[in-house]
Amino acid sequence: MHSETRLVLGGLTTLAVATAALVVLPYLTVRDTPPAPGLKPYTASALRGRTQYIQHGCMYCHSQQPRARDFAPDAKRGWGRATVAGDYAYDDPPLLGTMRTGPDLMNIGVRQPGEQWHLGHLFQPRAYVPGSIMPAYPFLFELRDKAEPGETVVTLPPGFVPEGKTVVARPEALDLVSYLKSLDRSYPAIDPTTTN
Amino acid sequence: MSTLSILMSAFVLSIVGLGFFIWSQRARLTDSGPEASEIIFAKGEIGHPEKAIDRTTPQAVSPRPDEAELLARVRADASSAQVVFFFYCCAFVWLLVASAAGLTASIKLHSPDWLTSEAWLSFGRIRTLHLNAVAYGWAPMAGLGTALFIIPRLLKTELAGARYALLGGALWNAALVAGLGSLAYGVSDGMEWLEIPWQIDILFVAGGALVGLPLILTLLRRTVAHLYVSVWYMGCALFWFPILFFVANFPGLHHGVEAATMNWWFGHNVLGLFYTPLALASIYYFLPKLIGRPIQSYNLSLLGFWGLAFFYGQVGGHHLIGGPVPGWLVTLSIVQSMMMILPVAAFTVNQHLTLKGHLSALRGSPTLQFICLGGLMYTASSVQGSFEALRSMNAVTHFTHYTVAHAHLGLYGFVSMVFFGAIYFVVPRITGREWPWPKLVTVHFWLAATGIAIYFVSLTIGGWLQGTAMLDPSRGFMESVHATLPYLRGRSVGGALMVLGHVIFAVHFIGLLAGASGRAVQPSPALNAATGDI
Ligand code: HEC
Ligand code: HEM
Repeated sequence: MHSETRLVLGGLTTLAVATAALVVLPYLTVRDTPPAPGLKPYTASALRGRTQYIQHGCMYCHSQQPRARDFAPDAKRGWGRATVAGDYAYDDPPLLGTMRTGPDLMNIGVRQPGEQWHLGHLFQPRAYVPGSIMPAYPFLFELRDKAEPGETVVTLPPGFVPEGKTVVARPEALDLVSYLKSLDRSYPAIDPTTTN
Repeated sequence: MSTLSILMSAFVLSIVGLGFFIWSQRARLTDSGPEASEIIFAKGEIGHPEKAIDRTTPQAVSPRPDEAELLARVRADASSAQVVFFFYCCAFVWLLVASAAGLTASIKLHSPDWLTSEAWLSFGRIRTLHLNAVAYGWAPMAGLGTALFIIPRLLKTELAGARYALLGGALWNAALVAGLGSLAYGVSDGMEWLEIPWQIDILFVAGGALVGLPLILTLLRRTVAHLYVSVWYMGCALFWFPILFFVANFPGLHHGVEAATMNWWFGHNVLGLFYTPLALASIYYFLPKLIGRPIQSYNLSLLGFWGLAFFYGQVGGHHLIGGPVPGWLVTLSIVQSMMMILPVAAFTVNQHLTLKGHLSALRGSPTLQFICLGGLMYTASSVQGSFEALRSMNAVTHFTHYTVAHAHLGLYGFVSMVFFGAIYFVVPRITGREWPWPKLVTVHFWLAATGIAIYFVSLTIGGWLQGTAMLDPSRGFMESVHATLPYLRGRSVGGALMVLGHVIFAVHFIGLLAGASGRAVQPSPALNAATGDI
């Protein structure tokens, strides 16, 4: 056998071992974990909002995976219990995130249920949390002289809206907030096989 | 199974597996003693560095290296010149795009109300553009270009099927333009490193396959009996990457937390089984070339290679420590992350022994400075990575800017530095022109080195403070944000120096193309390379 054949076969074998461990075994064991009892499917609006969350890259600053109590004080911060595989059954793809430039959002719907707060915070985070470094998302809103009937007007703390203007939420903003409000994993779940 | 037994069995299996691999490969790959590592030199060439841009003295080489072999090398270079040139041009463009996006993202983190009116300029998108321009633009274009240059030299033949690589490169870049466009527009698959929509990924797969084809064709035409260590790395990388990319992007296959484990299997393997081997292969080629002495221990490089192949693939789970994934998987990845110290040590010792007594060569050759610094940073980032995988350390650093510092130490300090050096070496040989302003190379080197140092130190400190603040429940979350602010600014300063370095690098390249060379290489690159003065 030629040494290049041997080389490539060796290389493929090592990759196969890795793939078996990190992809195939999880595929066989946790891919189709049923939804945890208590987990509700997303509404159509929340799903559209989830797409917004992805397109605007919220997951590069926010995780969705509180860690166990014995590992980190995530629960003490009000971020919720450690999540288990069944919590992500409707998440395609899961948005676990790798950064906590901002807080974990897995249970933001419990912690912060107010639609107006979320809308205003997206329009200008620093109106609510001084010193926040979260980006403002003004393009999810429109500045109008007057809102049309049926539109959602956002009321911000004074000083953050130009004089005489009204902030109206675009449908994207409403969807995004309905997704945020749906983030609730406060039902109990204990799954010893996935805690670590 | 208890964690301890998993740990022990993973450990034992790894060692046995690695031993078996090295044994099975030994017969062919180490058969040839010192000749194996000398294969990159022409007869009589050892002791004479193949100088890149140092053109102080045309050397009186004596005894003269074998002319026929040098001419064969010139023919090898000529066969790959066009396609390598194309890849490098693309690399320059993506380097600039990525740098601009990275610097913008960095400034936005401490000035969040800057440029907020457009969605595509928001942090989440510009960061993604940065990552993808780096990951699928700069790094692969520079790495594959270098591979296409080195491989014919190492196999002592001409590059076969260069046309396919050219077509593949064109497809790949078209895919990247489409991919970045769609990310900027807001269409994303939503997984880090895999954001580009799968429909566009089909183009990448086709392009990548076309780039890989010449490797196989060239291998079939090789005139050397022995495959040099760089060929192992580059050859395997070119097989690994398509598999990773294909499996990871296959639509509908991955779901739930399995998608997360797959995501980091891919994410870490792009680094470990694609960029890293391409860059290590470059070091194994250019370092001996530039000091004119074969690598010290060929057997150590064998250990380094199979250790990397064996352990690296399994480390991805360390990105999910504390996450909702099976515990055994995370444990396995932590063990293999520690095992990586083995191949890294093998490489480091080898590099050290090879360089020993030749440090003076560093002074004359900026290319060598880039390559050596890159090699050092490989060791540094790998060892750091192994320790970051330990639970106790990971608990602090995981979700913080510390990780970003580590990422840049690896992908910038190591991979990009090596590719900078490689480009400085290769370009004169494929264009037949000298770099016109050698001082600019030194300026580029110091900007890059100082920039990454500031970048790394700032974010390492900032990230650590952020992590410890977050671990203390008595401190509000915003304390962790405030703690990072000065360091995020520091990163922008370091980043700006790096970007300036890249601009100078690009200007220098344009100067070379525009013929600004004070001393064009006359009359043909062939003749000059043959006399060892280029
Ligand atoms: C640059 C990083 C960054 C990005 C990108 C980002 N955020 Fe934030 N986010 C933060 C920071 C920092 C905080 C904490 C300060 C604050 O509340 O403003 C925060 C807080 C929040 C909060 C309140 C959390 C709490 O516990 O009160 C929500 C909700 C939120 N972000 C949603 C989003 C959404 C939705 C997106 C995407 C459209 C997003 N964030 C993008 C950094 C970011
Ligand atoms: C060509 C060289 C570069 C390479 C190879 C590179 C690579 C990377 C990688 C791999 C990441 C992802 C890190 C992670 O999420 O863990 C990243 C993120 C980032 N990079 Fe770079 N980078 C380069 C240059 C720069 C420059 C010059 C800057 C300017 C300051 C920069 C700023 C950033 C920022 C701000 C992020 C986002 C980090 C976050 O999400 O908080 N990079 N880069």
